[in-house]
Amino acid sequence: MDSNRIRRVSAVALAAATALAAAACGSSGSGSGDAGGVVTISVNGLPPATQTVDRKNFEDDVKAFEASHPNIRIDAHEGLMDPKTFAAKLAGGQLEDVYYVYFTDPAGLIQRHQAADITPYLKDVPALADVKPELQRVFTGKDGKVYGLPTGNYSMGLVYNRELFTRAGLDPDKPPTTWDEVRTAAQRITALGDGTTGYADFSKNNQGGWHLTAWIYSLGGDVATQDGTGKWKAAVDSDASRKALQYLHDMRWTDNSMGSRQLLEIPDVQKAMGAGKLGMYLAGPDNIPTIVKQFERKYDEYGLAAMPGTATLGGGDGFMFNPKDTPAKIKAGLAWVQWKYLNPDRQEETDKKSAGSDIPIGLPQPDLFDGKSGETVKAVHAKYANVPQQNYQPFVDRSAEVKVKVEPPNAQQIYTVLDGVMQAVLTKQDANVDELLKDAQKKVDTILATAQ
Amino acid sequence: MKVDTVGAPRRTQRRPAAGPAPSPPSSPRRAGLRRRVADNLVGYLFLGAGILAFALFSWYPIVRGFLLSFQQVDFAQPATWVGLDNFQRLFDDPLFLTAWRNTLWFTALALVFGFAAPFVTAVVLNELRHGRAYLRMTVYLPVMLPPIVTVLLWRWFYDPGPGLFNHALGILHLPPQQWLESENLSMLSLVLVSTWANMGTTTLIYLAALQGVPGELYEAAQLDGASIRQRLWHVTIPQMRFILLITLLLQVIGTMQVFIEPFVLTGGGPNDATVTVLLLLYRYAFVYNDFGLASAMSTVLFVVLGAFAGLYLRLTRSKG
Repeated sequence: MDSNRIRRVSAVALAAATALAAAACGSSGSGSGDAGGVVTISVNGLPPATQTVDRKNFEDDVKAFEASHPNIRIDAHEGLMDPKTFAAKLAGGQLEDVYYVYFTDPAGLIQRHQAADITPYLKDVPALADVKPELQRVFTGKDGKVYGLPTGNYSMGLVYNRELFTRAGLDPDKPPTTWDEVRTAAQRITALGDGTTGYADFSKNNQGGWHLTAWIYSLGGDVATQDGTGKWKAAVDSDASRKALQYLHDMRWTDNSMGSRQLLEIPDVQKAMGAGKLGMYLAGPDNIPTIVKQFERKYDEYGLAAMPGTATLGGGDGFMFNPKDTPAKIKAGLAWVQWKYLNPDRQEETDKKSAGSDIPIGLPQPDLFDGKSGETVKAVHAKYANVPQQNYQPFVDRSAEVKVKVEPPNAQQIYTVLDGVMQAVLTKQDANVDELLKDAQKKVDTILATAQ
Repeated sequence: MKVDTVGAPRRTQRRPAAGPAPSPPSSPRRAGLRRRVADNLVGYLFLGAGILAFALFSWYPIVRGFLLSFQQVDFAQPATWVGLDNFQRLFDDPLFLTAWRNTLWFTALALVFGFAAPFVTAVVLNELRHGRAYLRMTVYLPVMLPPIVTVLLWRWFYDPGPGLFNHALGILHLPPQQWLESENLSMLSLVLVSTWANMGTTTLIYLAALQGVPGELYEAAQLDGASIRQRLWHVTIPQMRFILLITLLLQVIGTMQVFIEPFVLTGGGPNDATVTVLLLLYRYAFVYNDFGLASAMSTVLFVVLGAFAGLYLRLTRSKG
């Protein structure tokens, strides 16, 4: 092998190594630049190939959008918000130009400058005028600037098994409206025997804290409050929290109506509901289609009541924009989000198409809009409903009485602390509630200190 | 380098007529080096690819992780140096000590079970005359299961309702146990899963070591009238001392990184009784998105495990 050949081979090896290094370090894969007046934006939210109907609908939407917006090209990616990969994608230039988030994410993302300020471009989004202001507030920073748009929401209610209600001598059309009634219903359902549990709740991986927050809201309390200067303080150590924990303790230990297995999370409880062995649990309306599809049940078997008490926890999802986006990309992204998700005029077309498939229409939420847009969407949903809307009437009927409150700032950290409180009450019969709350109050205050 | 400079001229002297004469005549040392490279080019390419892969996927992340532990990062803007702030916050977190206490408790329990069980199994397997191959495979079988399958299987065993263990206790007229829901039992329950899942490999190592013990020693002991227990104590254990020590160290390093069992089975509960170092690190990184804090935690873990790894290297080197 002569020296020239050595040089050639070495050059090829070096080039290959450089390419490998470049690929490993990540290149800017998120859409191409703005060439020839055409802007390409990468977006996520494309349903996986296994969800054939949803995927096809999404792809059809992309085609229709590109046809009506000849200067915008959509590069659709699968996936939603995944905290495990978010930072790596952002660091490696792989984060989509327009990315999906849950309501628990925006505060942290804004604080860490991981979302673009879209305030100057909002005049191009007319539907925003009808979006519920409390939902839009989730995407507004402390500086008053807007960093994203909400596209879906839910508020927690009580999902229940209508068949078990009937068998236990309860009226499935009149589900509980107070926690006392929940407790009584849970006792009667548990009394059916054969491994049936009256009520279940989560207590693991932050989901216990999330639900305990909803419990505390429902009994008139809070987990964090803001003073006049905008500073957040813990409000966990309250009578409402004590009452909530007392109910949970009594159902678990006095009535034995919560089963003996604890440290549960969403899939465990949904599985029990899908198996017909669970009477009630706290959830948003979107849980019902999940159970029906996953466990091959029928919509008629399940009902939805409003949250017992006076308030509930609301959450949802939306889209934010890559902090590295150019103004052209932000404008194009806003056009896409508005056309696909905030478009009451397209609702009829969407519902008509979905009505014949297994995509549920007529669940009482999401409810994004107020005013005229809200009325339009509701009327179209009612027209094409393919789920038994009467089963969700108890939820709708009481919705005016139940105030929807959003999640606290630094929600996930606070939920970690409240997970411990929930676990203590559900796994230790002699748990000292006062001490638990005092300790949680201190910890939540420490967490909130960083959110000020 | 020393080998190159000494070796190169020697080779040119040995094979002066093997190839075309170097033109123009460069120094014999350079010509020899070039020929050595040419002769082994494929080898160097493979070596280069390996080094590159290691650099990219192992060494770079280690260095980056270390740097991150002194930075505040959001990945959108350049990181800012914050000195020892992340470590300060880490040591202020009350869960930091809890996590270390729990991890050490897990490691201690795992050593009691994970160290003794494979040794006893290996000794028994070694003594068997029939069915040894079958039993060896049975012991190794759990290692072949994906960890998540193992953990989910045990979750069913532990279920306080229809679970296998409580069912078995019921047959024996014993009261059911809260395997994962009780603060006292939960860690032990996790250790049992881990021991069951990992003992196959250790058993095989012990078995191989046992078979390396010279048969004459046993024969001599038998002639002296030693019982089975005495043979075990005076022949087997001294002969296996080194391998026992090495597996002990490897087990400490392995068990201190416990994650999947508490993550899937208890989520760190009940009441933080099973929050381990890696579980807390995971929370910092992927729940709170605080990569500086998570990196500080991983640096602390790196130092602790590094001490054990150093000890391991020293032992293996002195033995070698």
